[in-house]
Order: sequence, then structure tokens, then C-alpha cells
Amino acid sequence: MPEPTGVIHDIGYQRYTGPRLGRRHVFGALYLHGLRTVFGLGRSAKAKIFPWLVLGIVTLVAAGVTAVRSQIGEVVMSYAQFADAMSWLVIFFVAVAAPELVSRDLQSGVLPLYFSRPLPRADYPLAKLLALGTALWLLLGGPQLVMFLGAAFTTKQGMRGVWNELLDLLPGLLYAGLWAVVFASIGLLVASLTGKRAFAAGGIVAVFLMTAPVVGTLSIMPSQTVNELAFLASPSTLVSGVGTWALGDLLEPADQGGGLPIGDFGPVYALAAVALVTTCVALLLLRYRKVAAR
Amino acid sequence: MRVFPRLGRVTLIATESLTKTYGGGVTALADLTVAVEPGIIGLVGANGAGKSTLIKILLGLLEPTTGQVRVLDLDPTTQSDQVRARVGYMPEHDALPPDLTAAELVTHLGRMSGLPRTVARERASEALRHVGLYEERYRPVGGYSTGMKQRVKLAQALVHDPDLLLLDEPTNGLDPAGRDAMLALVHRIGTEFGISVLVCSHLLGEVERICDTLVAIDGGRLLRADRISAMTSATDILAVEVSEGIEELAARLVALRLPVRRDGRLLLVELADDTTYDTILGAVAELDLPLHRLDQRRHRVAELFATREPSHA
Repeated sequence: MPEPTGVIHDIGYQRYTGPRLGRRHVFGALYLHGLRTVFGLGRSAKAKIFPWLVLGIVTLVAAGVTAVRSQIGEVVMSYAQFADAMSWLVIFFVAVAAPELVSRDLQSGVLPLYFSRPLPRADYPLAKLLALGTALWLLLGGPQLVMFLGAAFTTKQGMRGVWNELLDLLPGLLYAGLWAVVFASIGLLVASLTGKRAFAAGGIVAVFLMTAPVVGTLSIMPSQTVNELAFLASPSTLVSGVGTWALGDLLEPADQGGGLPIGDFGPVYALAAVALVTTCVALLLLRYRKVAAR
Repeated sequence: MRVFPRLGRVTLIATESLTKTYGGGVTALADLTVAVEPGIIGLVGANGAGKSTLIKILLGLLEPTTGQVRVLDLDPTTQSDQVRARVGYMPEHDALPPDLTAAELVTHLGRMSGLPRTVARERASEALRHVGLYEERYRPVGGYSTGMKQRVKLAQALVHDPDLLLLDEPTNGLDPAGRDAMLALVHRIGTEFGISVLVCSHLLGEVERICDTLVAIDGGRLLRADRISAMTSATDILAVEVSEGIEELAARLVALRLPVRRDGRLLLVELADDTTYDTILGAVAELDLPLHRLDQRRHRVAELFATREPSHA
């Protein structure tokens, strides 16, 4: 191969006259960047360990459940139940991912570099929220897809069996979406309050785990109404409550206890979930209005 | 005069009675009216004079309490997106995530300015090359020296090819050699790249070397805004020292329509042209005064401000 003989010419500064993409593209770029950040893509090997470990665990569980079902024929857990069962893992995943998405930027002071660009100030938190929500949904929905494929290929009822499985899968994916939205909005709000990632992670875990004893206390109070509303007190049980109301048998077959004892308060749970998410997103936007002006 | 092909000789930044009062009753800008043409503009003032507040208003990040502001003939309070698309901003404080490489960070921020993916990557490399970062750009920013970090901050402000750069204390934390290099770079951007630059600094001596316009603010008020050339030519004055008869000489010079100022034992006379010398010498000779000294003082811009400040405070 000949030696390169070329000379490097300094062609000086080149002005840019090409296209400048609009808000949608910039939002998309920020969203994809966030999604990659959550899974540690384009980052150091250390940043990849935890997300891929969690992803590995949930996939392994799904594979195990599928294997048991195909061998023994017993349904260990339904699609929607899978999301419930994995919720504690999701909490830890959020506690790592949300600070990675927003606390890191607060800490390094990079936000003025974003907000001095054409990006509208609400787009930054919304793109991050969407990225975290998508990541959580993939985390819970991906393994369900594994379970579905396993069931579809081993079904003994032909196409009809596949169709039935699909009808079970879709509510499961929707339910995973609910988990994703609730956990992402709470997690991101908490993480956006501090630049210290450790504090943010602790705060997120605290919000989810410290509220569990409240539910426990309320559910043994001597009033049935209080018992039935007790699950509003913690985000995890709130989501389960909505699931019990909306999915009923799909979430928890009656022979297994029939879900949470929420009585007739199902719609209250649904409203509470909507209110919770709306409040979190509103506070998040408010938070970034303040941050942007700094 | 340099040519700014895309701007011509329009007004780059104009404010009118611009006032910003923060919630706590702190007035950061008070009735600031100034207009500057494209070029390299030095914005000088002590810490807390309102420089950063002004920059944030120019970027549309802060709303002025009262008054008007225009940047590149756009209103940043209502057209902030269009302003920000054409402006590059280098903040004063640390702004770099330590775990990203300079190339990744600048590329990402280029995309945030609306550059397509491949263009962003190319322009990021170019911008980093222009600020003097080569192979280092593939290393995490966390390991950079202060000077290199400042260069990365400058590169990200440059990546989307803005028409105006807003640089907030670009020489902060640099050693003397680093300061010189940064100032030379800013000067090159302003002259060779054809990009207008607003450089903020609390060090007048630093920016006056590279700017062609100076805007001085203090306590949120405008001290002075003018082209450097106008400032320095107006500051050529003659210092006259006589051992007696200072008042007589002063009166005589005033009678000869020469503006005179007393400064201790000196008389300071503005140098209009070469005949000023002869006029003064003539007056001294006529009054038969012992002349000790007659020399030209080339005021540095700094002294110009120093003499004005007491009247303000």
C-alpha cells in the first residue's frame, strides 16, 4: 500500500447553508438519545451492566414461565400478572434510569446548552419522559412477547389458539403501558429535583417502597371503605387496582383470589391514576420552566 | 470595515429602556438603551453588573420586565426559537457532562440545533478542529484541562453555524497563555469566520484587545457604548504642566476655545489636531510662564471608564 502523500489543507471555516430540521426531528433525536441512555448504549460498559442485567432477568423469567407452560401445561402467570410480578424490578430499574436521564444533566450544568437552542423548553422533559416510558414498556412488554411466541408455537388449537393468546397479550401490553406511564412520570419528577444521582435513586425507591406500609396499615383498618381504598396510597398498588378493575379475570383469575379487594371503587382507582400522572407531568414541566430560566 | 455577507451593516443587537427586575426586587438591568453593529463586541462590567442577565434576555430565556430588545432584527421575547437557531451560546459555568467524549457531545448538541445526523457529526469534527481539539475529541470530557473544556464549550456554540456568538466570560479560569489563545481564537472567529461575537468579561484590558465595539455596563446601567476607534481617538489629550500661573493659562486656553480640565498640577487639553500644540505653546509664551512639561497622553480605554465611573457612583 502506498504511503499517503496528501497534504492536509486547512480549508478554513465553512458556513452551513443546508437544511435545518424542525421541532419534530429535534424532539425525535432527543427521545432516541434518551432511550439509548437508559440502556447504556453509546456509553461506557459500566453503564450497560444494570439495565441489561434487569432485561436479562425479566426475559429469563418469561422464558421459564413459557417453558413450564409448554412442558407441564400449567399457566404460571398471565401476561398482565407478569407485569405485576416484575414490579419490584421495575422500581429499581426506574431508580437507576431516571437519574441517568435527568439528574446527570442537572449535575453537569449542560441544560443551558439545551435551552439556548431552538428546542422549546417543554420538549426536553417530555422527550425524556417518553424515553423512560418506552424503556419501561419494552422491559415489561418484551418478555410478554416472548411468552406469546412460546405459547403460539406450542398451542394445540391451531390458529384459534394463537388468536386467543393474542387477545390475552394485548390487554397485557396495555397494562404494561400503564405501569410504564405511572412509574416513568413519578420517577422522572423525583429525579429532576436533584442533581445527585444517588439521592435521586434513593428518593425514587423511597416513594415506591415507603408508601407500601401505608397501604398495609390502611388495609387493616376497621372500615371496609378505607380497606378498599387503601391501595390508592402506593403507586404500585394503585396500578394493580386499576388492573383489577379494568382487566378483572385477565389479571388475576377468580380462583387465585381475584385481584385486589377494591370493591366497587375501580373507577376511583382509574381516576386516581390519571390524576397522579397528570400532576407529575405538570410538576415536571413546571420544574423545567424554572430550570430553563436559570 | 469587514464585510458580513449575511448581515450587511444592520443593527446586530438593540435594546431600548431595557429593565429587568428579579422577584426579590433586585434590579439587574436598569433602563439600558444600546445598539451595536455586527463585529466583535466586548460587554464589560464588574461581576453582577448585569452581563449574564442581558445575555439570557438576548437568548429569550428571561423576559425583560420592561423595554424592548432586538437580536438579528428579531424579538427574542416572541421569536425566541428563530433567535436561538441563529445564535450560539457559551455559558460561563461548567456545562459539560464528564462521561461523554467531546465529539459525541458536540454532535448531539448539533442535532439539538436541527442539524441532520451526518451533518452534525461532520460539523462537530470541524468545530472541534477549529478550536484546536484533534485526537483528544474522542476522550471523555471529564479528563480535559480547563482550557480544553472552554474550547469544547466554544465548539458547541459554533457547531450549528450561528450568525452571532454570545460568549460569557470565555477566559474564565484560564492561565495567561490560555487566555491569549482563547482571545486569539475569538478574534479569528469574529474576523475570518464572519460571525459576530459578543464577548462578556469583567476584564476590560482583555476584551479591548480584540473588540471593535465596547459596551460597558455597571449596576445594570449603560456606562458607555462606542466603537473602540472612536474611544481611543477621543482620548488623545495633552498634559501641560507649568510651575505657576495655572489658572491664568487655563483661562487663556478656554478663551482660545480649547476645552481644558484641571487634574492636580496638570492641565489636560484635548488634542484636536497638530495646531493644538502651537496654540498651547503660544499661550504659555505670551503669559511668560515656566513650562515644565507638554506631552501627549494616549489614554487606554480603561482610564476612560475610570474617569467616568465616579460620576456614576
